[in-house]
Amino acid sequence: MTVLASELKASYAFVERNFFLTRRYWGWELAFLVYSVAGALSISLIGAAAGDNRLLLTLIIGAVFWNYLSVVFSWIADTIAVERWEGTLEYTFMAPVRRWTQLLGSCLYAMAYGLVHTAAMLLVLVLFFPQLRPESMNLLTAASFVLLGSFSFVGIGMMAAILPLLYVERGAQMTFVIQSCLLLVSGVYYPVSVLPGWMQVIANVSPATYVLRGVRAGLLDGTPVTALVGDMLPLVGMGIVLIPAGLWAFGRAEKYAKRTGKLKRVG
Amino acid sequence: MTTALAPELNIARPAADAAATASATVVSAPALLVEHVTKRFRPDRRKPPVLAIDNVSLRLERGTIHGFLGANGSGKSTLIRLVSGLLTLDEGRVEVFGLDIERDELAVKRLINRVSVDAAFFKKLSPMENLLFAARLYGMDAAVARREATAILGRLGIAKNRLGRPIEQMSRGMQQKVAIARALLTSPTLLLLDEPTTGLDPRSKLDVQAFIEEVNQSHDATIVLTTHDLAEAERLCERITLLNGGRVVAEGTTPELKRMVAERHGQPETLEAVFMTLTGRSLDDDVEEDGDNND
Repeated sequence: MTVLASELKASYAFVERNFFLTRRYWGWELAFLVYSVAGALSISLIGAAAGDNRLLLTLIIGAVFWNYLSVVFSWIADTIAVERWEGTLEYTFMAPVRRWTQLLGSCLYAMAYGLVHTAAMLLVLVLFFPQLRPESMNLLTAASFVLLGSFSFVGIGMMAAILPLLYVERGAQMTFVIQSCLLLVSGVYYPVSVLPGWMQVIANVSPATYVLRGVRAGLLDGTPVTALVGDMLPLVGMGIVLIPAGLWAFGRAEKYAKRTGKLKRVG
Repeated sequence: MTTALAPELNIARPAADAAATASATVVSAPALLVEHVTKRFRPDRRKPPVLAIDNVSLRLERGTIHGFLGANGSGKSTLIRLVSGLLTLDEGRVEVFGLDIERDELAVKRLINRVSVDAAFFKKLSPMENLLFAARLYGMDAAVARREATAILGRLGIAKNRLGRPIEQMSRGMQQKVAIARALLTSPTLLLLDEPTTGLDPRSKLDVQAFIEEVNQSHDATIVLTTHDLAEAERLCERITLLNGGRVVAEGTTPELKRMVAERHGQPETLEAVFMTLTGRSLDDDVEEDGDNND
């Protein structure tokens, strides 16, 4: 119990440090929020131009929840990249903390940051499109799917964090490839059914597919969460598999980096 | 130094951790034991591996300041990284206070800290925010960490009103002092200082050197110091190990080393002569090779 408490305290170190960083870079955070809102509005206005409120809400959901998932993913994947930029990676890896402790802290902050960022975006969009009727939406369904999907994205984020560990110069940029592939196959702005058959197979193993399907069912149709167990089970399974897989893969990558001396270099 | 500035081992750590570490360490064991350690790097798969550390063995007694001297590329920093657990050993073993660095990784990490030539920080964060982060990783309570960080930084000449401003606004010398404070904050019993005074102005250099002596004497910390400044090595180090091409070429006290080159090689009794005779190169060559990856 003492060990667990000690590790949780160490996890909090990463939460607090990331909060300090967000606070120091507040200008950038504001700019990022404006960028995200502008992007979401641009996409959503396609639905408004078509005069189709269902299409409008479909696109809003895609934009907003993709933003959440990509923010969570980016924060975790950047866990290593940020330390490379600053040159602190060796100090953090020298500290007496287990790697899951570090990744847990980064994940907790990523989820909290993602929720605040997405809530701010959602608020602007709701104000921008007064024709939307939130009272008919099932928010519990949407929240449940976002929470469940976050675990899978945490696992994928841990795997993505390996890239800056192994590829010093361009590792951080390589994580965008993973994000863009998930965006392509997960039905963020269009139904998965329009994808070629082989892509639809890949869509079935993307957690974002199930998150967006569940969120849309809740917000567009008011479907209760109990009616969507079939879509929740794959997310539970993915979370169970992907988080340990992410930790295992990160551990292997750390050993490789220590064997080859890749922790040293500053990107 | 007072207890508040450099607290005894484990004072700021959770009691369970402290007890575990204390019971795990072997009282009679040396501070650092390096036995037949070898490390190779393979920067290019088509080429043979580069031997960075070649069958190095060392024994550092507790409470001493031990210098590693050698040209760039001689393996000083690689050896520090191996001891820090930042590199894996290809061969051999390393013990810190009787604990194996691979088998007892977390316990060893609690006992050591390191200052490198680059004062690496989150530059937008303040010294206090950076130190608080480091302290939490070592299990320190935030209030204790704040109090002790303020005291250590104050001793190093960094005023309270500088502690909340971004570290990027500080001079290189000030940043290096904060780096030293970060290492001391965690009460390491083995402190690895990898060229801590490189690039500092003379006053900052003297401040840091005086502080290293103070920490060694009052805190009973064992200190490993790598440096290119031979006067600094002579002033601070009780024993010196000379590395060349990843191998130990000489080890002893400064007078012993001087006497050896005078008697065997007919050189003047200076540390510079020791360096040039045993590494086969001049100090100028060394400076020109700054930035060598294997250093």
